[in-house]
Amino acid sequence: MKTNSLTENLANLVAGESALIQAIHTDDALRQRLLALGFRVGKHIEIIRKARFSGPLQVRIGTTDILLRRNEAAKIMVEKL
Amino acid sequence: MKRVALLGMPNTGKSTLFNRMTGGSARVGNWPGITVELLSSKILLGGDMVEIIDLPGIYDIHGFSEDEQVVRHFLHDNVPDLAIIILNATQIERQLSLLLQLRQYNLNMVVLLNMADEAKKFGISIDTAKMSASLGIPIFLLSAKYGNGYQEALQSVTKALRYSTPGMAEELRSQLEQDAHIESEMTRVLQNSVQVPMRLPDNLTTHLDHIMLHPWLGLPIFFGIMYLLFQGIFILGQPLQTGIGDLFSWLREAALTPLLSGLPAILQGLLLDGIYNGVATVAAFVPIIILFFLFMAIVEDTGYLSRAAFLMDALMAKLGLDGRSFVMLLMGFGCNVPALMGTRVMRSRSLRLLSMLVIPFSLCSARLQVFIFITAALFAPKSAALVVFSLYLFSFAAAILTALIFKRYFPNSEPFVLELPPYRFPTIRQMLLRGWHEVYHFVHRASKFIIIGVVFVWLLTHFPATATPAGPDTWAGQIGSWLHPLFKPIGITAELTIALIFGFVAKEIVIGSLAVIYGLSGHALSGALALQLDWVQAYSFMLFTLIYTPCLSTIATLQSESKNTGFTLLSLIWSLAFAWVVSFVFYQSARVLGY
Repeated sequence: MKTNSLTENLANLVAGESALIQAIHTDDALRQRLLALGFRVGKHIEIIRKARFSGPLQVRIGTTDILLRRNEAAKIMVEKL
Repeated sequence: MKRVALLGMPNTGKSTLFNRMTGGSARVGNWPGITVELLSSKILLGGDMVEIIDLPGIYDIHGFSEDEQVVRHFLHDNVPDLAIIILNATQIERQLSLLLQLRQYNLNMVVLLNMADEAKKFGISIDTAKMSASLGIPIFLLSAKYGNGYQEALQSVTKALRYSTPGMAEELRSQLEQDAHIESEMTRVLQNSVQVPMRLPDNLTTHLDHIMLHPWLGLPIFFGIMYLLFQGIFILGQPLQTGIGDLFSWLREAALTPLLSGLPAILQGLLLDGIYNGVATVAAFVPIIILFFLFMAIVEDTGYLSRAAFLMDALMAKLGLDGRSFVMLLMGFGCNVPALMGTRVMRSRSLRLLSMLVIPFSLCSARLQVFIFITAALFAPKSAALVVFSLYLFSFAAAILTALIFKRYFPNSEPFVLELPPYRFPTIRQMLLRGWHEVYHFVHRASKFIIIGVVFVWLLTHFPATATPAGPDTWAGQIGSWLHPLFKPIGITAELTIALIFGFVAKEIVIGSLAVIYGLSGHALSGALALQLDWVQAYSFMLFTLIYTPCLSTIATLQSESKNTGFTLLSLIWSLAFAWVVSFVFYQSARVLGY
C-alpha cells in the first residue's frame, strides 16, 4: 500500500471505489447545493457507476444517491480509501 | 384567513401531501414579492378556512437557485401563520439542515417526516419524541402516499394553527448567514434520536438499476421504454381524439346547424366555422394531454426520469440541454403541446426555455398525416417510407442545430446535480390528479388564444364575402399572392401558400384546406397535386411544413409556459426563418443538380 497522499479528484475514481471528501472547490451556487445534498468535508462517498461516453457519475453519500457531471466532480477532492 | 405554507426539499413527497390535504382542488395564483405562480388551495381545518400554499422544493434557504429565491421572497413578503416542513425520513441526516435553517426565522412550524414506510425498510429508526424535545417543534412520522399517520399530523397542524407566527423581526428576516453552527446542531439532534445503518441493504432499486443503467443495455432499454410510451399515447389517444372530433361534428350537425339556420350566412360561418371549430380544436387536445401526463406521471414518479437523464446526459450536455430535455423532445414526436408543458420538471429557467425552443421541431403526429398524404400522392410506394424517414432525420437535425445555435444565449446557471430517488410505485390517484391539473391548466390558459386564432384564420379565408372561401380573392389568397415572391424561390405555389396559412392553426387541417382550395378531395386531390407539383417542390413544401410553427396551440402553450412574449416571438420567427432557409437550400440545390 502506498503511504503518500492519495488525494485525487472525484472524477478519476472508478465505479465501486470509496473515498473521503477532502475539499470542495466549486463556485458558491454549486457548493451550497452540494452541501445541502450531503457533500461535506470528511464524509464518506462511494462511486456507484459512471455513464458511458464521459457521462455523469452516480455517487452515494449516506442514504442519498446523486448524479453529477464529470467536470463538476473534478472540482471535488477526495482521499481514496 | 390563516396561511399555511408547505416547505421541504425536492423529492420529499411534498406535492403528494399537498394533494392529499387539498383533494386536488388547487389553483395557481400570484403572490406579492415573487414572479412565479404557486399552487394553493383553501380548505376547512378545525372549523376555519385556511389557505395552503405549496412552495417549490428547495435544498437550502440561502441557496442560489431560482426556486430558493422564490421561497425566500415569499417568506419575506407573505409570512405564513404556520409552516409545515416536510422532510424525507430516509434522508433525515442531511435534510435536517433545512429545518434548522428555517427554525432561525422564528416561524410557527410543524415537522412531518414523510416516507416513514421507506425509512423503516432501510432500517432507519427515528425517535420523534426525543427529536421533538431537542428541537422544541412538534414532529410526526407520516406516509403521505398511503395516508399512515396523516390524521395525527392533521390534528397537530390544526392545533398549531391556534398560535400564529409571532411576526418576523426585521433583523431575522434580512439575516442571511447563520449557518456556521448548524453542523454541530445537526449532530446534536441526530445523535440521540436517529439511527442509520452503516451500509444500506441491497434492495430492489439496486437490482433494477443494474439492468436499467447497464453500460450496454441501458440505452436500448431507454429507447424501448420511450417507444412503448409513444405508441401507448398514440394508440390510445388517436381513437379518443377522433371520437371527440366526431362528437363535435355530430353536435354541430344535429343541434347547432338547425338552431342557427335563421341567422345570416356570415354570422353562421363565424359562429360555427370560427368559434365552434376553435372550441373543438381545444377539445381535441384534451385526451392527448391527459394520456401524456398519465404516462409522464409514471415515468417521473417511479424515478425513471432521473435515470433517463443519467443515460442521455453525455450527449445532451454538448447541446446545452440535459437528459430530461431529451425525454420531452422524444415525447414531442407524439404532440408538442404536452411536451412543452412537461418541461416544467426542469427547475432551471434557461434550461427550460432552451428545451422549449427545441421541442417544436419534433415531427408530431399531426405533421405526419400531411407527410403521409403528400408522399403517397407524389412518391412511388418504394421510396415513400424512405421519404418519411428522411423527414424524421431532418426533425432531429433541426432540433440539434437550434440547440447548438442558441445554447449560448440560454446559459444554464443551475448545476447538473440531481438526486437519484429509489424506484417507487406511482399511485393511481396521483397520476389522475396530474392529468386533470394539466388539462385544466391548458384549457384555462390556451383556449382563448386558440379560439381567437381559429376565428382570425376563418376571417382571412372567408372575406371579402364575395370571394369563394379559401380562394385566391380572399384576404388569405391576397396575402398568399403578396407572399408569393417569398415562396417562389422555395418552389411553393400560391395554393400551397394558402394551405400553409391554414397550417398555422393546426397541421391536421392542411390536407382539408387543400381540398377546399382545389375543390377536390381524396384521390382526386392527390391526382391534382401530382399533376401540378414535381417531387422537389413537394419535398420542399414538406420541409417547410416540418420546420415552421407547428400550430396555434403550440404557440399558445409557449406563451403560457414561458410568460414571455419576446421568447414566444423568437420561437415563431426563428422557426419561420429556419424553415425558409432549409427549403431554399434544398430546392435550389436540387434544381442546380438538374432535378
